[in-house]
Amino acid sequence: MGRAKPSSKATDDWSGIIGPALGLGFAVFAFGLSFGVMCIDAGGSVPKAMAMSLFVFTGASQFSAVSVVAAGGSAISAVAGALILASRNAVYGVAVAPSLAGSLPYRLFASQFTIDETTGMTLAQDTPTRSRRAYWVTAASIYLFWNLATFIGAVAGSNIDTEKYGLDVAFAAAFVGMLAPLVRSRRARRVAAAGAVVCIAATPFVPIGAGIIGAALVALVGLRPGTERAAPVSKGGPA
Amino acid sequence: MTWTLIIVLSLGAYALKAAGLVGVGVRDFPAPVRNVIALVPAAVLSALIVKDTFTNGHDLQIDARAVGVAVACLAVWRKVPLWLVIVLSCAVTGTVRAIS
Repeated sequence: MGRAKPSSKATDDWSGIIGPALGLGFAVFAFGLSFGVMCIDAGGSVPKAMAMSLFVFTGASQFSAVSVVAAGGSAISAVAGALILASRNAVYGVAVAPSLAGSLPYRLFASQFTIDETTGMTLAQDTPTRSRRAYWVTAASIYLFWNLATFIGAVAGSNIDTEKYGLDVAFAAAFVGMLAPLVRSRRARRVAAAGAVVCIAATPFVPIGAGIIGAALVALVGLRPGTERAAPVSKGGPA
Repeated sequence: MTWTLIIVLSLGAYALKAAGLVGVGVRDFPAPVRNVIALVPAAVLSALIVKDTFTNGHDLQIDARAVGVAVACLAVWRKVPLWLVIVLSCAVTGTVRAIS
């Protein structure tokens, strides 16, 4: 999703923090709505959809789990695929840790909000104070909009014929948007293509959802040193 | 969509976030591990896209979804805002389904 532009002057002001944070909140609103609707469609309930958004709180993994369950996959496939996708948040945690120095309870609380958008915003700032503010303002904006949208989507979802309105492609469309910034390097593009091929080739033969885990194994090519960096965690990351 | 799944996923997702921010903190992962983790979303997201577009259970099929997702790709390439990408993709899929 979007990335904030760093301010040109290195001062501890709020410019370039609140606007982009609200913009990101608005952007996740559409994802949250689709998530709520699809969660109901996959046999969930409003409390279940809300529990996912409040506690799991990492969009791509939530989408992935619901998508596997909706396709008839096992809970193990759904959780494994979602957690593999969530592993990048561990890297984000390392990236934002210097901006979030503090007591153990403070860092444990902050951990819940370590996702794509907060990391991107935090790393885009030019002073430590601005980084910390960007983290918390973005966290608040995304958490609020994401959960509000999930709620509205889930409540509306019970009354919506998802196939009639083409909502069954909402996840795929969202995934396309999430994938685009990750495939700027040639290596990442090859890995993405190989992941797709592995998934399609495996689908007829493996349990539903297991193809996703197979595709994730393609990322192991990252162990081989490349001439270029793999998909960057974020601009200006702690590479 | 069981409660067990939701609880395990919640705990797992939180553990991963805290492992980075609290567990590793200002130290760092070795570069090869970082490379693998950075490449995982590209592999998994593209696999999810083809799964949601071309599969139905164990079957492979091409239907209205392919048109909708093609529109999404085009829209993302043309830098259309993401919420609009989703709306366009759904609308096209629904329309193709209605007229075919």
